[in-house]
Amino acid sequence: MPNTKYNQQMEFFIDMQRCIGCHACEMACAECETNGQESMIHIHYVDRAVSVQTTVQVCMHCEDPVCANVCPADAITKDDFGVVHTANTSRCIGCSNCVLACPFGVPIKSEPQELMMKCNMCYDRTSAGKKPMCATVCPSQALYYGTREEISKMRPDSVPVNTFQFGEQEVKTKVNIMMPKGSTHLKVH
Amino acid sequence: MATLPISTDKIIEKYGPHKAYTPASGFHGSHEPDRLVKTHCCFCGMQCGIQLKVKDNTIAGFEPWMEFPFNEGRLCPKGVQRYLQNNHPDRLLHPLQRVEGKGFENIGWDKAMDRTISEIRRIQEQYGQDAFGMLSGVSLTNEKSYMIGKFARVALKTANLDYNGRLCMVSAGAGNKKAFGLDRISNSWSDLAGAEVIIIAGTNVSETFPTLTHYIWQARDRGAKLVVIDPRVTPIARTADLHLPVKPGTDSALYGAMLKILVDNDWLDHDFIQHHTSGFDKTIEAVKDYDLAWAEKTTGIPADKILQAATWWGKASTSFLLHARGIEHHTKGVDNVLGCINLVLATGRIGKPYCGYGTITGQGNGQGGREHGHKCDQLPGNRDITNPEHRKYIAGVWGIEESEMPGKGLSAYEMIEAIHRGEVKGLITICFNPLVSLPNNNFVREAFEKLEYYVAIDFFLNETARHADLILPGSLHEEEEGTVTTAEGRVVKINQAITPPGEARKDSDILIELAQRLGAGDKFNYSCSEDIFNELRVASKGGTADYYGITYEKIEKNMGVFWPCPDLDHPGTPRLWEDRKFKTPDGKAHFNPVPYRDPSEVVDTEFPVVLTTGRVVSQYLSGSQTRRIGKLVDQYPEPLLEIHPKLAAKYNIKNRELVKVSTRRGEAFFPAQLVETIREDTVFIPYHWGGKQSANQLTIGTLDPVSKIPEFKVCACRLEPTGQQGTEKMKETAYQSY
Repeated sequence: MPNTKYNQQMEFFIDMQRCIGCHACEMACAECETNGQESMIHIHYVDRAVSVQTTVQVCMHCEDPVCANVCPADAITKDDFGVVHTANTSRCIGCSNCVLACPFGVPIKSEPQELMMKCNMCYDRTSAGKKPMCATVCPSQALYYGTREEISKMRPDSVPVNTFQFGEQEVKTKVNIMMPKGSTHLKVH
Repeated sequence: MATLPISTDKIIEKYGPHKAYTPASGFHGSHEPDRLVKTHCCFCGMQCGIQLKVKDNTIAGFEPWMEFPFNEGRLCPKGVQRYLQNNHPDRLLHPLQRVEGKGFENIGWDKAMDRTISEIRRIQEQYGQDAFGMLSGVSLTNEKSYMIGKFARVALKTANLDYNGRLCMVSAGAGNKKAFGLDRISNSWSDLAGAEVIIIAGTNVSETFPTLTHYIWQARDRGAKLVVIDPRVTPIARTADLHLPVKPGTDSALYGAMLKILVDNDWLDHDFIQHHTSGFDKTIEAVKDYDLAWAEKTTGIPADKILQAATWWGKASTSFLLHARGIEHHTKGVDNVLGCINLVLATGRIGKPYCGYGTITGQGNGQGGREHGHKCDQLPGNRDITNPEHRKYIAGVWGIEESEMPGKGLSAYEMIEAIHRGEVKGLITICFNPLVSLPNNNFVREAFEKLEYYVAIDFFLNETARHADLILPGSLHEEEEGTVTTAEGRVVKINQAITPPGEARKDSDILIELAQRLGAGDKFNYSCSEDIFNELRVASKGGTADYYGITYEKIEKNMGVFWPCPDLDHPGTPRLWEDRKFKTPDGKAHFNPVPYRDPSEVVDTEFPVVLTTGRVVSQYLSGSQTRRIGKLVDQYPEPLLEIHPKLAAKYNIKNRELVKVSTRRGEAFFPAQLVETIREDTVFIPYHWGGKQSANQLTIGTLDPVSKIPEFKVCACRLEPTGQQGTEKMKETAYQSY
């Protein structure tokens, strides 16, 4: 990776508890010149009838990305820093394999362009030593970008978890979810 | 005559609101801007730092400003989208004149000024000086706020100047002056992070001040308990350690009961009470009968929750209490504020690290704008217009005789009532949209239609300006240099990024020309904003809000200076009261007895349900700006009636069903949103919309006797299902205020 200031100590942490559902992350994400005013992060109510709780959906940057594995055109790649990049526009054939395969439901197919789009951890910013746009603006810091040491010190009651159990299958990700202290993995039913 | 010249539809077609979106490829130059201008968000009292991208004298986008200490790049959705106003198709570019049957037509500045001056003279000669009023707003900078105070008294020579802060922080201001002799939050936000207990009362922090949420979480990460008092489970209440779902209009009963618990358990700072306060005995006498059973019955909050909150508060060694409009928008808004202050004084936790109290000021310059003469009873430095010494000092600064200075005028809503009675005949507004933001707005509209001459200064044709005889195109936040004072009392610098487009002018240039034409030009000799600020510094000198030691250079160097700052060597005052010298006449902090009383309108068989109003995260105040920004509109397109499923079942109301909501003032239709996150006896409607979907058609115009704030937060309503679903058309057009 030439001319990069990408700091491998920096990680992405999501704390759903702190999300206030304001959508600042979506609007800031959409500002990125490669996103064409589409957001790659999504906020949804869990069940507005009973709670104001919201949930954050963004690329988890899997260690072994299924989206890339199932891509027939080799359009999706993971770089040396563990960032899973959005589909290479010259290769993507818009087949939606990645959309169907992702266990987190992240990639979307942009119909007008016939292209898959997803978060690339604001590579233009992170490779220049900045934070991703969503974690920069997040007013409650439900989205945090920093080192594991920093977040452990700041938030002693929770721990970062990046192991997810989908039935028999374990998925490890670059992005962490903050869980109650003592948690080691998150089981998805 | 301030009636619509053509139909609402035709006005909207030409002047909006229209929804603006950033083009998919960004605005011209957004990837290679000419420069980044460090300034602040134009919306709430947090005044987050932000950098605006400028290309060819237009705003092309934004870039987070990581170094500004309050928000370090963090922004809410309104902040992210705030840059969309300069390129907006609705932007007013020329002075406009009302033409009956035709709408509005361009009129040159000269004619616009001539006509305005001749109408001011005609009305004042015919009906008296005070028959021409002025209503202003505190999204304006300190410089403009100060100059408007001077303009109204020196050039327009009217007593009737007031501002939209009358709908915002005046109950807090009046309460703080009574208790402390000064009106400002006691500590900077950084003290929040070390508080053991945080009580937030009537403030939907996560939707109205999202960037403050981070400070509350910092405290919680260190083990702080968070208590949220609100009739709804707001996003900040969802994870709180304790949520007290207070029945609207009963807040002071809760604080009274909590004070009694502190006294009964001797959770008091006797040394502080004895040496630094007055009025304690009569204050606790007033709450001696407010036991838990009474409090539970009155407030609807379970007794064990009240006891838990009081116990945490009583036993804490550090704490912060914050409140906002939820407790202030009441006919006993000042009482509610004083009830909170009594809890703070009883425990002596003020003027120390991590021990704070204050209101969270709502508007961008709600703090500074309420200090320098914008209000009907006030002069710069937070001086009193009825105080002979204060009048004399300011008359000297302004170069007029004290006898020439008008006296106390009417507050904002009282001025509307006076217009309705035919006593005030002419009006100039700037930065105020009363037809959306004032209560009982059918009455407000009737008042406006009686005006003989109405001139509005604004950058968009807001719902009220649709009624104007003349519109003068003013400036956006990013089009004029100045300062604002944030909710934590930090004076920060607003930097001009671009010049106003078309024939639009800086607000201050408009006011200066009007002053010149009114024959007071020699009193308005300013070549730049800094000239105005330097005069403000002198005018504030010696007042409680003393800015004398603050300069533009000092603000920029320190990224803000906290007032009071009485001399040039003074570093500013992030934390008040460390010296225990309060600004009251006796130098002590004052307890004030708060006997409980009911709100002005209580439920009955005819109107059996409590109606309360408030805000959503994607809209700001009357929506004049945010209802023109596409993504903010789309996030929450129309006002919904939040109602608990049990209450809905009682009236057979289904989700998304259109409900007729009636009060003694009017009726309107809203789609129901059935949610368990609200009290079972209360419904909620956000108020940012005008026209047929305006919640303020229903609210009540009764005022707090001291602060004159309207009782937006509680009135009685009736609910009737219509059997019809809310329509797509309503949803798609609500932002336009039909």
